[in-house]
Amino acid sequence: MTRQSTPFSRFWNEFRENKIALVALSVVVLLALLALFASFVSPQNPYDLANLSLMDSRRAPGFVGTGGYTHWLGTDPQGRDLLSAIFYGLRISIQIGLAAGFVSLSFGAALGILAAYSGGRVENLIMRLVDLQLSFPAILLALVIVALLGQGKVQLISALVAAQYAYFARTAYGAAKAERGKDYIEAAVATPLGSRLVILKHLLPNCTPPLIVVATVQIANSISLEATLSFLGLGLPVTEPSLGMLISNGFPYMMSGRYWISVYPGVALIILIVAINIVGDQVRDQFNPRLRK
Amino acid sequence: MTRFVSLENISRIFGPNLTTGEKIASKLGAKVETRSIHAVSNVSLSVTKGETIGLVGESGCGKSTLGRLIAGILPPSSGTILIDGSPVIKDGVKATTRVQTVFQDPFASLDPRMKVGETVAEGPIAHGLAKKSEANAYAAKWFERVGLDPVWLDRYPHQFSGGQRQRIAIARALAMQPDVLICDEPVASLDVSIQAQIINLFLELTRDLELTTIFISHDLSVVQHVSDRIAIMYLGQIVELGPVDEVFENPAHPYTAALFGSVPKLVLDDHELVRFDTIEGEVPSPLSPPSGCFYHPRCPLAGENCAISRPEMTSISNSRSVTCHNYQQQLQQK
Amino acid sequence: MTETVLSVKNLATHFFTRAGLVKAVDNVSFDLAKGEIMGLVGESGSGKTVTGFSLLGLVDEPGRIVSGSITFKDRELTSLSNAELRRWRGREISMIFQDPIATLNPVLTIGKQMRLAIAAHERMSARAAEDRSADLLSKVGIPSARARLDAYPHEFSGGMRQRVAIAIALLHRPSVIIADEPTTALDVSIQAQILQQMRVLAAETGTSMIWISHDLAVVSSLATKLAVMYAGRIVEQGPTATLLRNPRHPYTAGLMNSLPAMTKPGTPLKQIPGTTPSLLSLPPGCPFAPRCQRATAQCQHEPELTIHGDRGWRCFDPVGHMDEVSS
Repeated sequence: MTRQSTPFSRFWNEFRENKIALVALSVVVLLALLALFASFVSPQNPYDLANLSLMDSRRAPGFVGTGGYTHWLGTDPQGRDLLSAIFYGLRISIQIGLAAGFVSLSFGAALGILAAYSGGRVENLIMRLVDLQLSFPAILLALVIVALLGQGKVQLISALVAAQYAYFARTAYGAAKAERGKDYIEAAVATPLGSRLVILKHLLPNCTPPLIVVATVQIANSISLEATLSFLGLGLPVTEPSLGMLISNGFPYMMSGRYWISVYPGVALIILIVAINIVGDQVRDQFNPRLRK
Repeated sequence: MTRFVSLENISRIFGPNLTTGEKIASKLGAKVETRSIHAVSNVSLSVTKGETIGLVGESGCGKSTLGRLIAGILPPSSGTILIDGSPVIKDGVKATTRVQTVFQDPFASLDPRMKVGETVAEGPIAHGLAKKSEANAYAAKWFERVGLDPVWLDRYPHQFSGGQRQRIAIARALAMQPDVLICDEPVASLDVSIQAQIINLFLELTRDLELTTIFISHDLSVVQHVSDRIAIMYLGQIVELGPVDEVFENPAHPYTAALFGSVPKLVLDDHELVRFDTIEGEVPSPLSPPSGCFYHPRCPLAGENCAISRPEMTSISNSRSVTCHNYQQQLQQK
Repeated sequence: MTETVLSVKNLATHFFTRAGLVKAVDNVSFDLAKGEIMGLVGESGSGKTVTGFSLLGLVDEPGRIVSGSITFKDRELTSLSNAELRRWRGREISMIFQDPIATLNPVLTIGKQMRLAIAAHERMSARAAEDRSADLLSKVGIPSARARLDAYPHEFSGGMRQRVAIAIALLHRPSVIIADEPTTALDVSIQAQILQQMRVLAAETGTSMIWISHDLAVVSSLATKLAVMYAGRIVEQGPTATLLRNPRHPYTAGLMNSLPAMTKPGTPLKQIPGTTPSLLSLPPGCPFAPRCQRATAQCQHEPELTIHGDRGWRCFDPVGHMDEVSS
């Protein structure tokens, strides 16, 4: 009889062993905290137009601006302190990424599990729709929906969800189909227990591992997709600059030596996405039963 | 003989489940598997209350499928299964809690993400056998019954050994207070020294709780030890049925004789240590069973008639039946 | 006195796991003579499979052979590198595994797989390789052997697949075959056929065999010598006949007494109490003591190996009697 150990504590103990993943996780947590407390750690509120002064625009890193503080990463064409803008931008990226990820997960997983449990025509119908969806490039789909719905947070999240729920549906379907055939599900059905109880209490909890893996990757994808849309000017309005918009604002200045306006937000974005992906990789490896043998 | 569990002409066919793609492909001329498997073929059986029937056979014989049919996990393709007069399946779903199952693999049959106490109490709560507030006490009672310490109710399946997990599976089945228990190879996945413990537990519980049991196993020595009557299956049919001692002493079906003979037995007398015989050939594919009697290609007593006509199940005494044209010849071979 | 082909002395294979040290094989010694079939009997966790793997150098991280020697025809195997071991594996020492589906490559024909196995150790023309393959397939009882060379593994039944695995093991006429539970996954009637085949083959080819199994009856039908393992140690060994008729170690006796065939039907079996120990937390001294009816205070010390003629056991208070020990 082994010591009392929940599935989570087992998981965490093994996760801790991979130093790189641990570092990546700390980076993600740090960035998330910075984003969460952006208003406290930022020297300036970049959304408050009253704060901005065109006198400060396009200044190099280290410049002391009209506000009296040092712009560690320089300023953008509107005079925004880049460091502050990056913190607020991170907040938007993470917010949108999490929201889109969560909604896609819920919707996609529900669809996938329903398809696997129902079988027959329902299964066929749902999964063929999902297949159809998966054959479209995500960015194309997102562009079309934003073009239809217009700009704004809700519209953006809807576009991202529409582009991504299919991955969750496909993964949940595969996992549910595999679990469906297992003895413990058969035992539950044989009691007999109603379908709803079996799905919610037995099937769903056991399908979560692969869904968590997809979720981490998809959150990173959402963030990068949102940045792309913002870069193209189709994301949030100009007054709420996300990292993508910051990058696009600085693009015209890349050749003239004012690199910091694009590069620093770009670096922040890359660090966030790479860190999430590393964590996701570790989670995936730990959930892979073959690699455990 | 009162029929507590009654099966009359039960069949279960696993048909060709053609996907849309395959249907289209076959219309275009591709070769698609259209044969079906008669996993259980015209089986009739009556079980008296409190009796233990051993169900034996090799892979593909249909014993597991028959177990699932009686347990209500699968609906029969034809025929109705009755427990104490009421059908097990109504409208295609299981309509009774009076029959429960213990599965072969004790790890796979317990939800790995659920505490074992919850697993045991889940069914009873859902069916009103226990109140949610008493769930722990109820599960604890059954834990003790199967020889487990109730302090372990909060643990997860992976923290137990194979033998303990099988006890948990038994507790789960019994917590539903069934009258009929289907045991599908309950000791096959266990170590030899643990098998004896679980078999003893099984004997004690079936006696104390007056359970009617169907004990499915490929291990003949185990079946001989726990059963009152034994049914031998081959390719979906029951080829012989009768009290376990009589059938072992003097089998009436050639397959029964061959099957018993092929198990290595520790004889330990002066001349030999282990004795076993071999049967020719292999079990045919259930997709294309032989004509006439399914066993005739391998049967030493096969006659001309055996390849042409399928034998029916005939009673040879008031407790024994056999499905064979030449059973008298077999009985004389003793 | 037949020559000894394989000699294992004080073999220890340990696994350095996250949860602790697992002594999967602890101080195991035995000899295998030419043409002898030895049975290695034990339950899960006894170390029988790891012993077999150790002989072939197939133990993966986090396990490794920590001490002891494996002498095969005067060559010390534990000191060989993996590259050198590969020259012996499959050629001089072969292995048959429990699940033939895992052994055979599903995307290659049987003929191709056998040809690859031959080419690994010998240069031979395609025609000659085909001849030898077909010859061996028919030797293991596969009808229309030459035609079957073009078949894929999934076209064979379970029993046939295992026969193919045996044929592949025999390709280079090895001196030793290690068979790890080869009939456990098969139907009883197929098992009987394979056992019969192995008897014949062993007699014909003079190959020595180590047959690993948890089933006493199956092993005893083939093996002339038995070694019973518990918690990584050999607790008893000796000629099959005398060992079965007069077991000395309480575990062996308990195992035999708990078989359903040994008790009147319907009555409780003579079970061994307790559970197989976790190798992570073995008690000091004799590993079987917690479950042994005869255990006393002295069992907290490691029992020495008692040797009597061609038998041996590790117990302070053995069962059975001294007289009928030697054959």
